[in-house]
Amino acid sequence: MSIERHEIEKLAMLSRIAISDSTIVEVSQRLGSVLDLVDQLQGVNTEGVQAMSHPMQAIQRLREDEVSELNQREALQKIAPDTEEGLFLVPKVIE
Amino acid sequence: MKWDTVIGLEVHVQLATKTKIFSGSSTAFGAEPNTQACAIDLAMPGTLPVLNKQAVHYAVMFGLAIDAEIGKESAFERKNYFYPDLPKGYQTTQLEKPIVGRGNVEIQLADGSTKNIRIHHAHLEEDAGKSLHEGDFRHGVSGIDLNRAGTPLIEIVSEPDISSAEEAIAFAKKLHSIVTSIGICDGEMSQGSMRFDVNVSVKPSGSDTLGTRTETKNLNSFKFMEECIVKEVERQIDLIEDGGTVIQETRLYNGDTKVARSMRSKEEANDYRYFPCPDLLPVIVTDETIEELRRNLPELPDARQARFVEEYGLSDYDASVLGNDAGMATYFEIAAKTSGSAKLAANWTMGELAARLNNEDISIANSPVSADQLGGLVTRIVDNSISGKMAKEVFEGIWAGEGSADEIIEVRGLKQVSDSGALEQMVTDVLAANQEMVDDYINTDEAKRKKKLGGFMGQIMKASKGQANPQQVNQILAKKLNELL
Amino acid sequence: MHNRTIAELINGLQSKEFSSVELTQHFLDRIGDLNPHYNAIITVTAEQALKAAAAADERLAAGNAPAMCGIPILHKDIFCTNGVRTSCGSKMLDNFIPPYNATVVENFEQAGAVVLGKTNMDEFAMGSSNETSFYGSVQNPWDTDCVPGGSSGGSAAAVAARLAPGATATDTGGSIRQPAALCGITGLKPTYGRVSRWGMIAFASSLDQGGPMARTAEDCAIMLSCMASFDDKDSTCIDREVPDYSAALGQDVNGLRIGVPSEYFSKGLNEGTEQAVRTALAKLEQQGAELVEISLPNTGLSVPAYYVIAPAEASANLSRFDGVKYGYRCEDPKDLQDLYSRSRAEGFGEEVQRRILIGTYCLSAGYYEAYYGKAQQVRQLIQRDFEKAFETVDVIMGPTCPSPAFKFGSKGDDPVAMYLEDIYTIATNLAGLPGMSVPCGMVDNKPVGLQIIGNYFDEARILNVAHQYQQITEWHDQAPEGVAS
Repeated sequence: MSIERHEIEKLAMLSRIAISDSTIVEVSQRLGSVLDLVDQLQGVNTEGVQAMSHPMQAIQRLREDEVSELNQREALQKIAPDTEEGLFLVPKVIE
Repeated sequence: MKWDTVIGLEVHVQLATKTKIFSGSSTAFGAEPNTQACAIDLAMPGTLPVLNKQAVHYAVMFGLAIDAEIGKESAFERKNYFYPDLPKGYQTTQLEKPIVGRGNVEIQLADGSTKNIRIHHAHLEEDAGKSLHEGDFRHGVSGIDLNRAGTPLIEIVSEPDISSAEEAIAFAKKLHSIVTSIGICDGEMSQGSMRFDVNVSVKPSGSDTLGTRTETKNLNSFKFMEECIVKEVERQIDLIEDGGTVIQETRLYNGDTKVARSMRSKEEANDYRYFPCPDLLPVIVTDETIEELRRNLPELPDARQARFVEEYGLSDYDASVLGNDAGMATYFEIAAKTSGSAKLAANWTMGELAARLNNEDISIANSPVSADQLGGLVTRIVDNSISGKMAKEVFEGIWAGEGSADEIIEVRGLKQVSDSGALEQMVTDVLAANQEMVDDYINTDEAKRKKKLGGFMGQIMKASKGQANPQQVNQILAKKLNELL
Repeated sequence: MHNRTIAELINGLQSKEFSSVELTQHFLDRIGDLNPHYNAIITVTAEQALKAAAAADERLAAGNAPAMCGIPILHKDIFCTNGVRTSCGSKMLDNFIPPYNATVVENFEQAGAVVLGKTNMDEFAMGSSNETSFYGSVQNPWDTDCVPGGSSGGSAAAVAARLAPGATATDTGGSIRQPAALCGITGLKPTYGRVSRWGMIAFASSLDQGGPMARTAEDCAIMLSCMASFDDKDSTCIDREVPDYSAALGQDVNGLRIGVPSEYFSKGLNEGTEQAVRTALAKLEQQGAELVEISLPNTGLSVPAYYVIAPAEASANLSRFDGVKYGYRCEDPKDLQDLYSRSRAEGFGEEVQRRILIGTYCLSAGYYEAYYGKAQQVRQLIQRDFEKAFETVDVIMGPTCPSPAFKFGSKGDDPVAMYLEDIYTIATNLAGLPGMSVPCGMVDNKPVGLQIIGNYFDEARILNVAHQYQQITEWHDQAPEGVAS
């Protein structure tokens, strides 16, 4: 199966991964190969079959509403790429 | 050409839980940046969400308050997009199976009519962090504070049943009243506790086809929402009448500059690629839990409004104003009970107090005059210790932090003189000192005498430094003048 | 010392034949000498290890120490270790030093185990050959031109080369069992929800599970008893008592019903591998087990279903790696989009990028139902196959991999060729069942693995069967040439 260039570009945008022009053909081919694999699912009769999101028949546990995490800014920001005055810095966000 | 307006609201309500929806970080307002953001909130590798029980209960309570279907089995999905205030690169929310289903909210309009606005559903989700754009950090850079990331929200989605800005505001205020009355939200608009997204479209009157709608996001004041809707409706109508077409887009409204604009489109199409969140399991709410929450559900605004009429004899209008604002309602009841006079307590709460609070942009929860203190003030008006006029002065004193009504009356010596003996003496003294006025009074036609009383009153009040009980003085003055005739 | 199993080392420590410090130093020396040949370990934590060993010795002296006290182990570099770099085999996390421990790490720490370091792995656990690691490939100790398998290639090679008696690992589609098979050791993937995923960097949340790798089932039992626990920080972790896995090892296999799926002996299965596996099954039959031919008809759909579900979940799980809060950030990002796109393009390797793109595609608008929705339904079908099978058999057995270890680069450019390596292991993950691999023969001087699949939470049984098999065979004792000296 082949994927059109503009589809790859859209995927690259949605997943925020820059794909260089020089590799886009290769990426497209390899992706196409994987999609050939997964297309095998298409012919399967799954009428009336429930979708399974979790292997276990369990339900969500609920947590008591009590504060258990105190200020950890120093420890957690020690490994941050760029901070100032306790804020994480990024290139300006334009809305 | 006549136009119909079609409006739907999406309202984000921050739940007043102590901790976040998926982590044990505090949700307290106003903390230093990133001091309430633990590893889970920062989306550090290997961290996992665990659901806050209180958030679930608050959501169910909302459902009960609007008579909605409760989603006894609900689930969470991931909504995928990239933004710096969204640490995981997805928002955990509910799509297919929300915790609250269809419900109803009744609104009252200025002309006294009521209208039902249908709720499509309400779902739980996590709030994002904040981007700070201006500040004293480097140019071209934004600062991200993730304190707010993970705060529990319910998003309430209405059907497009709203047909005017007035209805939209009434609806928004009713929601505000409901969520504050049942205690699931603190209602602090300025802190972002409630935010509105407004979907607006217009269509020719009578037409069945809906027009293209625009969405204006993140309005956090009723006033701005009203302005925004009016402007947007006008814009759309003008556009269409000029031969243009309305484009489906997301817009922002700046209440300070009164400017609305289209958001720079973030990406081509917002394909959020929703899928069930594999880190969270189905959320089950049992019948027992629902019944217990229903039993303990605090009084709803409509019920409280009715009760205020019955229990306190308030007028429909007063009852609706006080009954629909949870903060004012609580305040009023304390003041009424403390003072024993509902009518006066109501007047003061809705009048003097509300005006002052409004002027200085203070919420009733932070009122410098407590309900108890106001009650104390009203008590002294009722028992004639002070006149209505004096009361205003005392109110100012309480506001300024000088203490209770009694303390201020004592310290400033404002106690109304109601001792008839003292008052008799006062009147006698004034009459004696103002022979000309007395003569003038006697010589005046009976029909015109009443007007002359004011002059004597003025003198008496001056002599008593305003502390003479006016009603009593009136009686004594009339009596004495009569004797002289 | 390095030829001893964990069980034997425990005896040695208890009988004071050697101290934990001596033991630890011994392995550290071996790592220093041999790791350059195999590249199995990314980070060695010598100082911390010796400190922990000293503390363990004190505990051992005091008596009543837990089983794993003083035993040196390695952690796959996917488990967050407080204060120690945790890379997940990726440039993206090359500089990531977690401020917290994974629960698995914490459990071993509490028990007094000694951590020698963090093992190499396929980047973000995506791979079956350990060729995608940012830190370079791992060499299979049996044949250094061949891959050790993946993604837990480092842990497998390290145990096979006797650089540690045991190592932790994770399995999403076969990443414990397949490398265990290719490296001639024993590895176990527990039931989904048995071992906490807190601090275990997520690849595919509904499939990931952490488990032990060691040379014997007996050792895996000891390690699993330590790893398994109920953790309320992981919503998908099941609250179920952890049995003493070592206690049930002694049960004989008389009467054991072993299901042999016809689909696991299809074309594509290496002849030598098939022979070794059938010989192993025959041996068990001689011991009184009953071989039952069964069918798992949807086996052929497991790889396609997996390569929709796992990448889909991964595409969301890896969105958090954006260069903002931690991890790799590209230099001089010119704007926000550049920050994201370039950090991720530079920080992630090719296979990871590919899987993110596939996952994004399968969740996209227009494709969701056909791919993701469909795959989740197929998953249900696969689970039903197993449910039905377990009505008539106690365990299911077959080959772990279609062939022994292959040469580096031999899978060529087509990713799918690599994906088919996991053809026998993937279904187990989709169903959430526990599975093991034990050595059962050699082909071309390279190990062959026998897979044992159990019913939900039946780890004790599969460990038992494996242990019984290892009582009557010696494959697990074999060591690669030059290693066991």
